[in-house]
Amino acid sequence: MSRTVLHADLNNCYASIEMLHHPKLRGHPVAVGGSAEERRGIILARNYEARAYGVKVGQALWEARAKCPELIVVPPDYDKYLRFSRKFRGILADYSPQVEPFGLDESWVDISGSARGSGEKLGEKIADEIRERVKFELGVTVSVGVSWNKVFAKLGSDIRKPDATTVITEDNFRDVVWPLPAADLLGVGRATQGKFARYGVRTIGDIANCDAELLKLWFGKCGASLWAYANGRDSSPVTETGDEAVVKSVGNSTTTPRDLENEHDCHIVFQNLSESVAERMRELGLQAKTVEISLRRNDLASFTRQTALRDPTHISTELCAAAMKLLRENYRWERPLRSIGVRGTNLIPIGQPRQLTLFEDEVKRGKSERLEYAIDDIRRRFGHHAIDRALLRLDDKLGRLNPKSDHAIHSIGFGGIQ
Amino acid sequence: MNGSAIDYRPYMDSEDKVYVDVTERRTKDGGLIPLSFVWEDGVSYAVDDVLDARPAASLKAGGMGLRYTVRVKRRETFMYLEEERGLCRWFMERK
Repeated sequence: MSRTVLHADLNNCYASIEMLHHPKLRGHPVAVGGSAEERRGIILARNYEARAYGVKVGQALWEARAKCPELIVVPPDYDKYLRFSRKFRGILADYSPQVEPFGLDESWVDISGSARGSGEKLGEKIADEIRERVKFELGVTVSVGVSWNKVFAKLGSDIRKPDATTVITEDNFRDVVWPLPAADLLGVGRATQGKFARYGVRTIGDIANCDAELLKLWFGKCGASLWAYANGRDSSPVTETGDEAVVKSVGNSTTTPRDLENEHDCHIVFQNLSESVAERMRELGLQAKTVEISLRRNDLASFTRQTALRDPTHISTELCAAAMKLLRENYRWERPLRSIGVRGTNLIPIGQPRQLTLFEDEVKRGKSERLEYAIDDIRRRFGHHAIDRALLRLDDKLGRLNPKSDHAIHSIGFGGIQ
Repeated sequence: MNGSAIDYRPYMDSEDKVYVDVTERRTKDGGLIPLSFVWEDGVSYAVDDVLDARPAASLKAGGMGLRYTVRVKRRETFMYLEEERGLCRWFMERK
């Protein structure tokens, strides 16, 4: 039996949410991006006015400002976006229990089992209802793709924006999907796109009409997937996913106001970053089983290292200690560091049973945890810098960073492809 | 470079969003009913009737929440119950 899958995508999500909350921003070119300091920060989202100037997601702030001097750059407010995202999925869940988020601003919904019937007509009707409800209840717009598989549903939501429904059927996909550039297909990244271009494969239709064996030869297993996607032969299910699984990792990185010269400098910045990472993990009700650090030297060479923790954690001092251990084991200080980051991955919900050990002070651990929750409370009521660790006061430049600058929430990949 | 950057802060306050003090009744089945509110001029207004409540965004004030349609002195108006950062507050739109 043919399925009916919807993919709903909030248009310019972060920028739209900011424009809803701040009416004076409307009509101006607006972007959500890193801090006002020019040295760091990229564009995370922009509205249509900014897009008209050539402002793009992922651009450095200075680059965006060069294109659009009137650009208003608003710092990101992940709390608000997470809350929005939850409400958005709440609306989708009214139509089917099978809702699978892809990041904060996109979700698939499989409505094949709907009591209201099935088929594209119903899919389109529900898609239109969802658009109206999101507009009315959340004050932002959403584009919806309707198809019989996830890949084309996602493609459909990209075709017409903002606030539109696009239906891709088994009868029309050759006309609608195949003329699109190969890069539009899920799973075709920059490297794949370059390779395709060299082989003269330009459109999704070209991929579909390649010999599947040849694609396998070029790209291995991924080649076979791409061929299947291009032909609408994607049977991956829309999986019911809990709230907690929306986020695959929580991390923060920063380019510091001055280069980092030694372990002590790094300790200050790692602690600062770890606090924001730990705070966000607690908000999401998650703990990390793995800690990863990223280091970028001042000649811009960079690498990452990770380590598994004995106990999953959402305590900043534990994250910071793991980060420092990784640093000591992997960096010889050939050059100063320009930017560093900490990330918690391999996330599990708080409250899962775990093995205690005789060699660790569980009472002390409990105390650290309570301390951090207390700090969260104080900060929520009185602002972030109402309470700081003394360590962060040792160096005003490094300790006073607001670490919430980088795009820090990463979603689950699709079919092993990110 | 910093000098050329446009400050976002003047754009962040909404002139049409008025937070109000509200006297409310919590019903035994968990519902919340506004009884009266104090407008920014200090005058207290009784809510004569609640006609509707549904989730909605306010483009005018800039925000979203549970929107109550209420009758005050024979006129219909909206009261929004907004939840943000653990704070639960009422706001109304300036006419």
